[in-house]
Amino acid sequence: MTPDERLIRDEILAISEVDVTKCMHCGKCSASCPAYDVMDIKPHQFPSYMAHGEIRELMNSTTIWECLGCSTCIERCPRNVKPGKLIDGVRQAVIRQRGGSHLYPEQIPAMVDPQMPQQLLVSVLRRERK
Amino acid sequence: MQRIGVFVCHCGTNIAATVDVSKVAEAAKHEPGVVYAVDYTYMCSENGQNLIAQAIKDYGLTAIVVCSCSPRMHEATFRAVAEKAGINPFMVEIANIREQCSWVHKDMEEGTPKAITLMKTAVAKVNLDSPLQEGESTVTKRALVIGGGIAGIQTALDIADAGYKVDIVEKLPSIGGRMSQLDKTFPTLDCSSCILTPRMTEVNQNPNIRIFTYSEVTDVSGFVGNFTVQITKHSRSVRAEDCTGCGICTSKCPSRKTPNEFNRGLDTRPAIYIPFAQAIPNVPVIDKEHCIHFKTGKCGICSKVCPSHAVDYELKDEIIEEKYGAIVVATGFDMIDLHKFGELGYGVSKDVVSSIELERLMNAAGPTSGHLERMSDHKQPKEMVFIQCVGSRCAPDDRRGKTYCSKICCMYTAKQAILIKDHYPDTNIHVFYIDVRTPGKNFDEFYRRAVEQYGVDYIKGNVGKVTPLPNGKLHVHGVDLLDQKDVEIDADMVVLAGAIEPNPDIRKLATMLTLSIDNNNFLNEAHAKLRPVEAATAGVFMSGVVQGPKDIPETVAQAGAAAIKVVGLLAKDKLKTNPCIAEPDELYCNGCSVCANVCPYGAITYVDKEIRDHGLRETRRIASVNSALCKGCGACSVACPSGAMNLKGFTNRQIMAEVDTVCQ
Repeated sequence: MTPDERLIRDEILAISEVDVTKCMHCGKCSASCPAYDVMDIKPHQFPSYMAHGEIRELMNSTTIWECLGCSTCIERCPRNVKPGKLIDGVRQAVIRQRGGSHLYPEQIPAMVDPQMPQQLLVSVLRRERK
Repeated sequence: MQRIGVFVCHCGTNIAATVDVSKVAEAAKHEPGVVYAVDYTYMCSENGQNLIAQAIKDYGLTAIVVCSCSPRMHEATFRAVAEKAGINPFMVEIANIREQCSWVHKDMEEGTPKAITLMKTAVAKVNLDSPLQEGESTVTKRALVIGGGIAGIQTALDIADAGYKVDIVEKLPSIGGRMSQLDKTFPTLDCSSCILTPRMTEVNQNPNIRIFTYSEVTDVSGFVGNFTVQITKHSRSVRAEDCTGCGICTSKCPSRKTPNEFNRGLDTRPAIYIPFAQAIPNVPVIDKEHCIHFKTGKCGICSKVCPSHAVDYELKDEIIEEKYGAIVVATGFDMIDLHKFGELGYGVSKDVVSSIELERLMNAAGPTSGHLERMSDHKQPKEMVFIQCVGSRCAPDDRRGKTYCSKICCMYTAKQAILIKDHYPDTNIHVFYIDVRTPGKNFDEFYRRAVEQYGVDYIKGNVGKVTPLPNGKLHVHGVDLLDQKDVEIDADMVVLAGAIEPNPDIRKLATMLTLSIDNNNFLNEAHAKLRPVEAATAGVFMSGVVQGPKDIPETVAQAGAAAIKVVGLLAKDKLKTNPCIAEPDELYCNGCSVCANVCPYGAITYVDKEIRDHGLRETRRIASVNSALCKGCGACSVACPSGAMNLKGFTNRQIMAEVDTVCQ
């Protein structure tokens, strides 16, 4: 891990509030994931990739863009690892690296189109609700 | 004035690495009353003990302070040394400079001054110590075993075998416990009831053992050697002395829709029932909640058909009181409620069953007479999925499961898979596992047999969802973490290896017996390693899953261990009692009753006594402590508004002397 990658990893862990050492590698997250088939790195692999410092691989994975944010993995994880939060964290890190804010709350209503899965909106609200 | 010796232990480097022990010994020499001080590598060693004994003789010591580990470790050792050398064992004080000093500090700069302070407080206290004499109490030569499963049965048998009387109290109508519900046992595949029922019969026939079934412990008082226990015997509504166990009543009972607890609700039973064929006692019981007579006053068929007129609706609960010297808690376990695991379909489909339900489905005495079939359409399953660790090994903040590994599931799943493959070789069995844990004699070999000989498909991974399909199948969606791929199986039956948890009744019992339980309701041992079957409360022991998850052989071994502890206690004619008990100063006591109200042991009463005070002679109401009941907790001495109540060995003056020393 380069010092740069270490910084990104710490950032991801801070954003996601995930403790990857809690994972017992049971696979409940992947088994519950509706987007499992289209992901290159599976949800259950995220904690160990993080632990081993393979940050670049995670940031280049398709998974972070395929995740529906349905929160099932977060809900079902018996160890409360919350892999979905980790996926969010990696995606967030990628977006932050590109710099600048990409979206302001007032832009959102115009962007909601009928093609967008309702599930996505519901899960965003559900997950970001504090 | 005392002649005090101070002995500072290095405990190898445990203490000496962070405390300058010679400085502590040097500082001790300047304390009031101290005539000798020395440090030594291991005070608890034979040489160390001899050093103390010699110093007592050479310097005419009247009291000693040992600066060493916690008094829990070696107080008894040093008291014995003092007694042997001719001074009262209660003239010994321990300054804990290990657990409370050297182990919590990192450098000598901090450790040494603190150790010196601890030494000084102990010297201040020992200066005010007075010799105490241990009292004696008697031992009731009878033991109580709470719980009539294999743990309780084996404990009772072993105690009875040593020649002591034992009573078993079982809440359910029959003894036998969980083991009576199992089909076969791993890894030998013995039939569970074939090995259990001889033990049940033995218990029933043993002249030293009494069995109270359908009964509960409702109150406990007293202390080690002298417990008084109230047992509530619930009314069976059948007179056991008249009943012949013919079973006519149960076959004629018209109320037949009550879920059968013994078969885990997979079939129904009548309102008057005998739980299972080998039940002991073989006497039916009327479930008053579901009996038509108790609900409406009508019916009464069982009473009419009984050839020996044993049914009596008027029978009332009976409360008996018995004295015991020792109590063994063996209240066992049950599987957690799996309805919380909605994604796995439990409670949604009848074909998703818990592993203990599967035991009943495979048992010849079970609801399907031993034919493995789906509860929905009674067809034999061809494709079966087992899911491991359902509710085990969860995070502490998980709302559905338990943090611990339930220990027995890996083995019984392998057993169930082997038995099914044996009886129905064309069945496909898939086991989703997180880890396969098989430590135990012949355990891993057994699991390997399931894989290699029987071709059971073990999949490293978990199941996300079980969906009942319109065609009656169960769609199992899981993941194979080794092949990194989705697994989709249309199964006929899904079996959940749910976590096991202690019987919830243990919470009530723990309160009655002042036992400590952990976050998961398992009983805490007096010492997790060295006193594994003793509870922290003297005279109370434990066996079986109430202490932690374990299988049958371990339970039986633990039952034997608990029994020998009980026998060791009952074999004594007298027990030494702790002399550090409360003592009122009659001149200060104003009879306010505060101490009696706070005493958790009911040890304090009030007496009218003639007191001489400054030339006055008058009768006053003052506190009196029953030395057999007082446990020396000190609650009264804290509560007493006039400072009249003192705990011997920890008097108010001594505590204040310690505080003064710390504050100097």
